[in-house]
Amino acid sequence: MPNMSPKKVPMPEQDPNVRNKNFKEVALGYTEKMAVEEAQRCLHCKTMPCVSGCPVNVRIPDFIARIASGDFLGAAETIKETSALPAVCGRVCPQETQCESKCVRGIKGEPVAIGRLERFAADYAMRAQDRTAQAAPDIPKNGHRCAVVGAGPSGLTCAGDLARMGYDVTVFEAFHTAGGVLVYGIPEFRLPKAIVQKEIDSLRALGVRFELNYIVGRTSTVDELFEEGYEAVFIGSGAGLPSFMHIPGENLNGVYSANEFLTRINLMKAYLPGAKTPVMIPKTAVIVGGGNVAMDAARCAKRIGAETVYVLYRRGEEEMPARLEEIHHAKEEGIVFKFLSAPTAIRGDENGSVIAVECVEMELGEPDASGRRRPKPKENSSFLLDADCVIMAIGTSPNPLIRTTTPDLETNRHGCIVADEATGATSKEGVFAGGDAVTGAATVILAMGAGKAAAKAMDEYIKSRSGS
Amino acid sequence: MYRILKKEILNESVKKYIVDAPAVAKKAKAGQFVVVRTAEDSERIPLTIADYDREKGTVTIIFQEVGAGTMELGELEEGESILDFAGPLGRASELDGIRSACVIGGGLGCAIALPQARALKAAGARVDMIAGFRCKDLVILEEEMRGASDNFLLCTDDGSRGRKGLVTAALEDLLAAGEKYDVCIAIGPLVMMKFVVLTAKKHGLRTVVSMNPIMVDGTGMCGCCRVTVGGETKFACVDGPDFDGDEVDFDESIRRAKMYAEFEKKAKEAHRCRLKGVIDNA
Repeated sequence: MPNMSPKKVPMPEQDPNVRNKNFKEVALGYTEKMAVEEAQRCLHCKTMPCVSGCPVNVRIPDFIARIASGDFLGAAETIKETSALPAVCGRVCPQETQCESKCVRGIKGEPVAIGRLERFAADYAMRAQDRTAQAAPDIPKNGHRCAVVGAGPSGLTCAGDLARMGYDVTVFEAFHTAGGVLVYGIPEFRLPKAIVQKEIDSLRALGVRFELNYIVGRTSTVDELFEEGYEAVFIGSGAGLPSFMHIPGENLNGVYSANEFLTRINLMKAYLPGAKTPVMIPKTAVIVGGGNVAMDAARCAKRIGAETVYVLYRRGEEEMPARLEEIHHAKEEGIVFKFLSAPTAIRGDENGSVIAVECVEMELGEPDASGRRRPKPKENSSFLLDADCVIMAIGTSPNPLIRTTTPDLETNRHGCIVADEATGATSKEGVFAGGDAVTGAATVILAMGAGKAAAKAMDEYIKSRSGS
Repeated sequence: MYRILKKEILNESVKKYIVDAPAVAKKAKAGQFVVVRTAEDSERIPLTIADYDREKGTVTIIFQEVGAGTMELGELEEGESILDFAGPLGRASELDGIRSACVIGGGLGCAIALPQARALKAAGARVDMIAGFRCKDLVILEEEMRGASDNFLLCTDDGSRGRKGLVTAALEDLLAAGEKYDVCIAIGPLVMMKFVVLTAKKHGLRTVVSMNPIMVDGTGMCGCCRVTVGGETKFACVDGPDFDGDEVDFDESIRRAKMYAEFEKKAKEAHRCRLKGVIDNA
């Protein structure tokens, strides 16, 4: 008999007023008892609508059934058949617009907490693995070499799948640490870096090689990778180039791109006492933008000691692209939201440091190309916010280093690589692409899905050429 | 890990490392830079490539110990390794077609100006070089610069070696005496580059400068290295580091360079104290 409670089993969390001063994980994870209780809420619909809502089609009812029966390791195995990074996805996927949005239980009450259960199973399996120190799986090598550019979600997924098929895989990463946005962008309190490290270690155990400090487009071009003997190349270089608003005062001291602010804090650990990489400790920070990155920047600013943190978003709360959970957590932690507001200029003092942000109220007009109502400034509505720090979290676009050094690689007017949606195939033979480098800034799970699809297509491509 | 094959001390605060980095050496060109990280918890520091040897797979860096990060780097010994060494980054200097140039280096900037002078000379250009230092004890690469130029002027602020005064005065003298160049290349402190640009401009001479702003990644992803050039925001790491000096907003860059001055000062003190502790306890 299923558990007919209309509500999810609540997730234990750190108290908002404690956690807004530390970088420890906010959501603490289900206990075994909680997980079983929540798993029993699943009705096991024959049509499995949740599966169709998942970009990588995790067999959700199957893994939930295993949790319900106490087979936690089995649950994790089921997830891993289709998802390369379950402990990551269980934490950062927007389940409310994917699997959980299709859940029948969501019609009258809350959907099954699929994300929380995924995280539970993945964490359980990770702890079990730590105890047993598994030997590397014995995969027969097929003698073919593949290169993966970028060690973020799409690249890691693609590399893992190719390695499991027997390919000799090298991942080229520009930073000194693998993980991409999982290590430089998403903060520790949402995704502990130890978890990312374990996922990378498990890829190393599969035989995947990582060439760090290697900037494809500079250290080597894509063509040179082929010359070095790689038969197919996957480009998962992400969307790393930050956008600015081009308003007056944007180059004053105290104005950051969210990328810079988050990289200093997350990758370079500027939040730790005695850190060698500096970051400004703002008194009042104004974050511009309404996505998950804006939420991450706001919550980091609060945690490193900002007294007041504003989020300025030009549309309304309804239109915010950030996950509901992130907005909710940010509000609990004392972040102040200013909806329908946008900055028009940043004011500085005689030393060139930020002292205030000139803003204007917005109103929503007709829907634009994205289907969202276009914001426009309200007349005579300007206002001033005193602040010493401004963080621009208004989006990113793909880095130009690869497209400018790979002449036969077709890109669109946004600088995104043009790739077949189903296979990741690009205009250049043997080159596949996926993730934010193709879609522009999107989600971890979509990038993983693209990495997965590309791995399959690369396998077919290499086999068709070698006739084996 | 990237091994230091040779360590040389050029003056009290400037060191030269020849580093085993074949992947970087293979593609390096004059004007490009690397990002180094000394050890696991170190800062990422951008350093311009002073020289490279493709055959031997080595890259030379010359750096000045100005803060805790560069002091930590400077403590490594020959045979030890730098943890991370990423590059080559940035655009290479555009030297093609230049038939005559006045190359100006200030302090550590001479280490970067020298390979430019050499590259120009190798391409058959006439090269005059002006090098400026605060005093005689800080002079580096004198013989190398003399060898790479047709006419070499050494200046010190206090006159303890070479002519007394700033590089701008030497440039003014050359130009006033009727010297003509296709371009002036200035590499050194921001204030020096700003005034070289102004001096050259008076004589209708264009100046190319090499910017070295604060960076994190060096690949275009943080936007920390913003420089206003011709009223537009550029990222020094991917759009530069060389820019048309006449178009650069130096005053903004000077302000931006001071962003972490307070932090740097404390970090330097803390680093010195740690060092002293080590020595005291030895």
